[in-house]
Amino acid sequence: MSAPIQIQPGETFTLNVGPQHPATHGVLRVKMEMDGEYIVKAETVLGYIHRMHELMGENRTYPQVLPNLSRLDYLGAMGYTHGHVLAVERAAGIEVPERAEYVRAIMVELNRIASHLFWFGAFVMDLGGFTPLMYAIEDREYILDMLEAVTGSRLTYCYFRFGGLYNDIDDDFVNAARAFIPRMRKSLKKYAALVTGNIIFEKRLKDIGPISAEMCRKYGASGPVARGSGIDFDVRKNEPYSVYPEFDFDIPVYHECDSLARYMVRMDEMEQSLRIVEQGLDKLPDGPIMPKKKPKLIKPAAGDYYQAVETARGSFGIRIVSDGTKNAYRFKLRSPTYSNMHMFDEACRGMMIMDALAMMGSLDLVIPEIDR
Amino acid sequence: MSLTVLNAIIAVVIAIGFAALNAAYLVWAERRGAGRIQRRPGPNVNGPLGLLQPPADGIKLMTKQLVIPGGADKALFMVAPVLAMAPAIMSFVTIPFSDMIVAHSMNIGVLMIFAFASLGGMAILLAGWGSRNKYGVMASVRAVSQNISYEVPMLITVITIVMMTGSLDLKDIATSQAGGIWNWNIVPSLSAPLMPVAFLIFFTCSLAETNRAPFDLGEAESELVAGFHTEYGSMGFGLFFMGEYANIVIGASLITILFLGGWGCPLGLFPGVWWFLLKIYVLIFSFIWIRWTFPRTTIYGLLNLSWKILIPISLFNLLLTAGLLKVF
Repeated sequence: MSAPIQIQPGETFTLNVGPQHPATHGVLRVKMEMDGEYIVKAETVLGYIHRMHELMGENRTYPQVLPNLSRLDYLGAMGYTHGHVLAVERAAGIEVPERAEYVRAIMVELNRIASHLFWFGAFVMDLGGFTPLMYAIEDREYILDMLEAVTGSRLTYCYFRFGGLYNDIDDDFVNAARAFIPRMRKSLKKYAALVTGNIIFEKRLKDIGPISAEMCRKYGASGPVARGSGIDFDVRKNEPYSVYPEFDFDIPVYHECDSLARYMVRMDEMEQSLRIVEQGLDKLPDGPIMPKKKPKLIKPAAGDYYQAVETARGSFGIRIVSDGTKNAYRFKLRSPTYSNMHMFDEACRGMMIMDALAMMGSLDLVIPEIDR
Repeated sequence: MSLTVLNAIIAVVIAIGFAALNAAYLVWAERRGAGRIQRRPGPNVNGPLGLLQPPADGIKLMTKQLVIPGGADKALFMVAPVLAMAPAIMSFVTIPFSDMIVAHSMNIGVLMIFAFASLGGMAILLAGWGSRNKYGVMASVRAVSQNISYEVPMLITVITIVMMTGSLDLKDIATSQAGGIWNWNIVPSLSAPLMPVAFLIFFTCSLAETNRAPFDLGEAESELVAGFHTEYGSMGFGLFFMGEYANIVIGASLITILFLGGWGCPLGLFPGVWWFLLKIYVLIFSFIWIRWTFPRTTIYGLLNLSWKILIPISLFNLLLTAGLLKVF
């Protein structure tokens, strides 16, 4: 246990972690004030990969912004484009065929599994174990190959359209997805045996990096981070959208508030996502994937629209203020990692650097998504 | 006189050659082994099975420019890699590979190896301090506290063995275990019932002494970038790397001599250098295996393990063995 220590004033030094550091998984910079190996203060410096997606959203028409959304989070891009199309459909009043909704849910959940898989590997790598990453990537490749065959891209999907989909799924995809479910269940068992039960792994995570429910509320944390602190909140259940009410799935919640709890939440979520994919494939209706009637030019009525979705990293919100033209007047993205990251300073004070970086790994940061 | 000097030079040259060859090809073995464990091929392009990869890496490292960071202590910065490699090579001089093959048999061989092993910690400290890098300093402080706390249980275990054998000479220790697996020190006997535990302690300490995963806190990549050799490039880095692998070979040799009967066959047949090499490479493979299986420990977990678990157990083993040796 890293016990809090008495800090003598004036005996600290500044350690610059990042923007090029193996632990930050991208161009994040954390200015840490250190007392030996203990962290006194950690100031997060953002903006190294800021690309002004929100401004681009205001300067372009709605379809033109569509590809931008998948550039936010390169690991779970599907969920972000889902949020965008849902928001615009709500604003412009576009009906979505049922089949398209189901395919969207399947795709988002598959992408969520892929994202969690990569996080799993990278997180164990943060702890110094290199091998699980290779195993996780092998399973993730399978998902990416499936998604590539349908969507045409492996990471930055632009698959959803306003009102439907770009491309219908075929039997190959359905068969591959059906074969994937038992394979992934077997892999999850393997991961549990290889990593979760490891004594060093458990010692490094249990009771380390506590984030209280109170802190989550204060900073607006969401997703697996909040659910690891005992907050039973998942947009898919609490503010249902798309066809999620049709599925039977659980929201894993752990009350330990430590890094291990956040890890367990994500591992359980993969199983729940598999259940959703399974049910989605069973219930998949026939029919068109685009609505018959769709406006040529999308011009939502003037107003304020908000849509939240549950992405792999947490609650992603998109707010569109329309003034009735073909461009949004205001385009605001609420990215989950941004809020999750800002807890880091308060949570890591008094911790040793290795525990703090393990905790940072458990927050599942994707830097382009923080900076937007 | 001149003959002894010549002998010494030949011995040192052979030791350097053996250490360098091992260091180079253990890197290859490690990368291939990691590849197997991680379901990927590993280096397989240069030469058959990628066997030309180590010379290619060596040439690359040697032709690179040696960059000395501004503000670094030049003398310490240059001396540290040499200090990491030299003791490792010197230790080879006293290690008996069989009853015939030993560069210089000394009656205090065990002491000499541990004296040189302690210098390795010094090299890490100088490297971190001399390169004037915060990550380097933090890593070297970690590595030194780690080395100090793991030398204690290691030496206590060695004292147990020395008591049983009555000699500090590695050759005598190995010879005393001749004749088959039942004579090896790892097998519990009436006078030393806790030897398997002692073996585990010594094995763990060897991992920690050589800064290998799961105790690679001195070069914890995800925390301290590259640890104490963050600022080193070209052959400075190469020497640290070779020193690490040479230390692994020494650690494996020590375990073999102290616990696994040296060059003796498990069944007492055909003792010779081949058994010694077989044993050390099996041990080295287990080092590689452990590295690619376990995540890293924490610094306090590591120190707690040493001071709260390993040292008390090894002290208890020492006292127990001392008492039982008197009785039986």
